[in-house]
Amino acid sequence: MDSTRKEWLLNALIATALLAVPLWALMANEPFIITLATRIAILAIAAVGLNIALGLGGMVSFGHALYLGLGGYVAGIAAHHAFSGTTVLGLPGTNQMLPIWAIAMILSGAVAGVVGALSLRTSGIFFIMITLAFAQMGFFFTLSWPAYGGEDGLPIFVRNQFPGLNTARPWDMFLLSYAVLIAALILFAMLRAARFGAALMAIRQNPDRAAAIGISPFGIKLVGFIISGMITGLAGAMMADLTRFVSPAMLAWTMSGELIVIIILGGVGRLFGPVAGAAILVGFEVFFGGLTEHWKLWLGLVLLGVVLFARGGLIGLLAGRAQNG
Amino acid sequence: MSALLELDDLHVFYGASQTLFGVSLHVNEAEAVALMGRNGMGKSTTIATACRMLPLRSGSVRFAGQDISDWPSFRAARLGLGLVPEGRRCFPNLTVSENLIAAARHGFWDMARVHTLFPRLEERETQLAATLSGGEQQMLAIGRALMTNPRLLLLDEATEGLAPVIRQEIWAAITKLKSEGLSILLVDKTLSEILPFADRCVILERGTVAWQGTPASFTREVEDAFLSV
Repeated sequence: MDSTRKEWLLNALIATALLAVPLWALMANEPFIITLATRIAILAIAAVGLNIALGLGGMVSFGHALYLGLGGYVAGIAAHHAFSGTTVLGLPGTNQMLPIWAIAMILSGAVAGVVGALSLRTSGIFFIMITLAFAQMGFFFTLSWPAYGGEDGLPIFVRNQFPGLNTARPWDMFLLSYAVLIAALILFAMLRAARFGAALMAIRQNPDRAAAIGISPFGIKLVGFIISGMITGLAGAMMADLTRFVSPAMLAWTMSGELIVIIILGGVGRLFGPVAGAAILVGFEVFFGGLTEHWKLWLGLVLLGVVLFARGGLIGLLAGRAQNG
Repeated sequence: MSALLELDDLHVFYGASQTLFGVSLHVNEAEAVALMGRNGMGKSTTIATACRMLPLRSGSVRFAGQDISDWPSFRAARLGLGLVPEGRRCFPNLTVSENLIAAARHGFWDMARVHTLFPRLEERETQLAATLSGGEQQMLAIGRALMTNPRLLLLDEATEGLAPVIRQEIWAAITKLKSEGLSILLVDKTLSEILPFADRCVILERGTVAWQGTPASFTREVEDAFLSV
């Protein structure tokens, strides 16, 4: 069996498992498992966003927590004002996910546009540091923003709503997250197959050669970076609603690192890499986190193993080398 | 009628060392010009400068009536300069079709037409470019340049180091492109292949144009003076 077919089979298996396990939990009345699966799905959405920048474009953004946090604060602030009946910048709050998602994505895209325009003029370690610096600015800004809880964070008392669903029920929230994840994966696959994706990958391999065939390296990378930030921002809004809480921790550099770790564990640039990686990370957190406080030590060892021996991540290990790695 | 590509008095440096000392040449619409000369005389530099991949110290590059001296290379490529770089230089970790799609711009040339010109590329569609043979990579590099729908195709040593049967295939393709009216500027060394093909020859010697003329006026003396080693 060639590696492309193997990968598709593996992808189908992962997608089915992510749906089947919480379905079983629903029947077995284990809401905690459903919430875990939801967390995996939402983290995976955030990582799909980063995978566009990192996997396709080779842009190692060490500041994607900024967009996650932006999305989270949009959800938190909107819910906060909807709950208290006050306004923000002259606008009323809302407890509806759809407008919150739209605002989270627009705002994340705008910020990613500014960050990208400034940081994409550099590359390598400088790019990593500039993206980190922007995320740290966001982190310290939220930390010192008393109106929305400062370092204590901002609770969302009642989960925001989605038409036709009862988002307070774990299963409904899971289905919503799963659907958004599938949509994000379809978008990723479409972008990768289109001229845009090929151009982004071409720039990653050699920007000068790409320019010689009419591809604007800066322009294409900037668009990729903006789309990437928008998807991660959407995940942030959903994550805030899942935990019903936003805090500066969502913008911490460790969060940016976690997103990169997810992609490396699952497989950089692979369609289902973020899903596999998020499942591994959450799995470790839950099972080893229950055994020892130092579960990250074991995760670190796994990461080391992946980097040294299985550079294609879990997907690479099981489905063979990336077709366009 | 003004020329399609006009290089005027190009002075180009790599760091402190000068490689072009006032090169001027032009390529007319539907014309095939061969750029010749020994190694290190500035042929590839001239091609790269025309594609705006190297900065100019002085002189100008005009293409399709526009002064593109200050343009970045991607804009020059979009205006219609299709480069097939020396040593092929595909994107090794992209598949054959991804290499082509990445370059695609609307126009006459599309995937189907490139596949008709080089049927092997269709057979190898899902293979990584790195796994192709040298000849196939060269076909891919030409196909990729065609996908940009260029008005001028610039070929830098398109048949260097290839097996004779593959060379013939490449020359046949280039000849077909010429007969369809595409303008071509090519660098090559094999006289037996250049002379029947080119409308005009330009010979570079130490970064300047030393001789130019039609293949008919290309004599043994010219060859001895500028090409023999």
